[in-house]
Amino acid sequence: MADTAFTQLLNLACGALLLCAVLVLWRRELAVAIRVFAGQGAALAALGGVLAAHEGSVELWVVAAGVLVLRAGLLPILLRRALAASGDQRRESRPLVNVSASLLAAAALTLLAYAAARPLTRLAPSPATQAIPVALAVVLIGFFVLVTRRRALSQVVGFLLMDNGITAVGFLTATDIGLIVEVGVSLDVLLAVLVLQVLTTRMRESFGDTDIDDLRELRE
Amino acid sequence: MTALGVVGAVVQPLLVVAGSPLLVGMTRQVRARLEGRVGAGVGQPWRDLRKLLGKERIAPRGTSEVFRFAPLVLFATVAVVAAAAPLVAVESGVEPLDDLFTVVALLTAGAVALALAGLDTGTAFGGMGASRELTILALVEPTLLVAVFALSVGVGSTDLGSIVAAALHDPVRVITPASLLAAVALVIVVVAETGRLPVDNPATHLELTMVHEAMVLEYAGPDLALVELASAMRLSVLLALLANLFVPWGIATTLTPLAMVLGVAAIVAKVALIGVALAAVEVFLAKLRLFRVPELLAGSFVLALLAVASSYLLA
Repeated sequence: MADTAFTQLLNLACGALLLCAVLVLWRRELAVAIRVFAGQGAALAALGGVLAAHEGSVELWVVAAGVLVLRAGLLPILLRRALAASGDQRRESRPLVNVSASLLAAAALTLLAYAAARPLTRLAPSPATQAIPVALAVVLIGFFVLVTRRRALSQVVGFLLMDNGITAVGFLTATDIGLIVEVGVSLDVLLAVLVLQVLTTRMRESFGDTDIDDLRELRE
Repeated sequence: MTALGVVGAVVQPLLVVAGSPLLVGMTRQVRARLEGRVGAGVGQPWRDLRKLLGKERIAPRGTSEVFRFAPLVLFATVAVVAAAAPLVAVESGVEPLDDLFTVVALLTAGAVALALAGLDTGTAFGGMGASRELTILALVEPTLLVAVFALSVGVGSTDLGSIVAAALHDPVRVITPASLLAAVALVIVVVAETGRLPVDNPATHLELTMVHEAMVLEYAGPDLALVELASAMRLSVLLALLANLFVPWGIATTLTPLAMVLGVAAIVAKVALIGVALAAVEVFLAKLRLFRVPELLAGSFVLALLAVASSYLLA
């Protein structure tokens, strides 16, 4: 693949990754957040595909295909099922930090990621390593979603956003982190989502709500 | 200053003055048709302007010169921007004025003059409209600057003509993440800046929801005509700039009659297309609550900031 086309496609995939992270922060409807998350999964798979085509690595193609199936297919379906089970609470009505402030926080986090990733980029300047700040920003924004949202389901989305970012960092820094590692991580994530889904359902059964703040009290 | 720039500086304001009421008429007509009404026709804003210009000048008692001069300032600033910005010809006849910062400053000066006039009338609606307009303006201007700045980073100049010329020579520039993010941010900002749905409803006169209309409520006759014309010109200039920053093809780069005619036809077609799209989308939108507007604009600011960041990161 020609070098400029590779750089262009890589940058586009990274841009889509970051845009999806910001959109999750922006929209309140959980259904939209899940759809955007599926889009981010597709962007992540595209990133893997672009790197695979550039390196000519079959293993990386397999990893990219796995990412596509898991993060753009399986996980969104699981989340949507959890959303359907959670009844009429389809909106993140009152996040701990309001939407405008959290969008500005996302901008600050992006700049922080840029500052933090500069030593890494300087080690081996290439189009792939230059995009590391974007992946780090996705990790930080995912973490931000995780700590500022109240609904259990949007916290799960935040967790998955963070994991998407970590996978992207892996793609961009090491290119080939090995099929076994990638499969291990993916299975872990799948398991975590399954457990969280069961937990959300149980929570709703006992409290009639999935607001995490209700879990503050300790009980015997 | 080049011959092409001088011809552009003459043709562009004439085109904008003649065309902008037609653009407004067209958006209203499209909206009417989509809502199942017959509509007043594309020429109605021009007929309104002619009627208003024939009336006598009246100013409310107690208003000062601020109220009388605001329409002139508003019209003059937009006319200067229309002459300087790269709309039909890529080079500018009034060279330092087609800089990004100058254009934004001129547009803001016009809006502030109108807001001051709204305050000057001393009525409740004027003050309320001015306060709302300035709130929105304070959120819009940084985004506008940052979004165009993201485009100028790759070019190395804040001159709008240079940015358009660079996109013309290197079409790949248009599909970089920085450019795409900046495009989304700019669309939101232009919609807010020109007072269209979902930020402001241009057709409303309901006291609780007016923004722009509340400020100009006290104007009548030729003054009102000037304000309406300037608002329409503002809409067309911003739409034309938006079109040329991202889809510059067709703009005149040489001074030949054919190139100029092609340039005029291209910008008219582009703005008409965006105008129809804008009107069609507006049919499906409701006005946003005023307290939700900062959320929308904060989002577009973040997109603009990310555009700048990514133009440094991924360059």
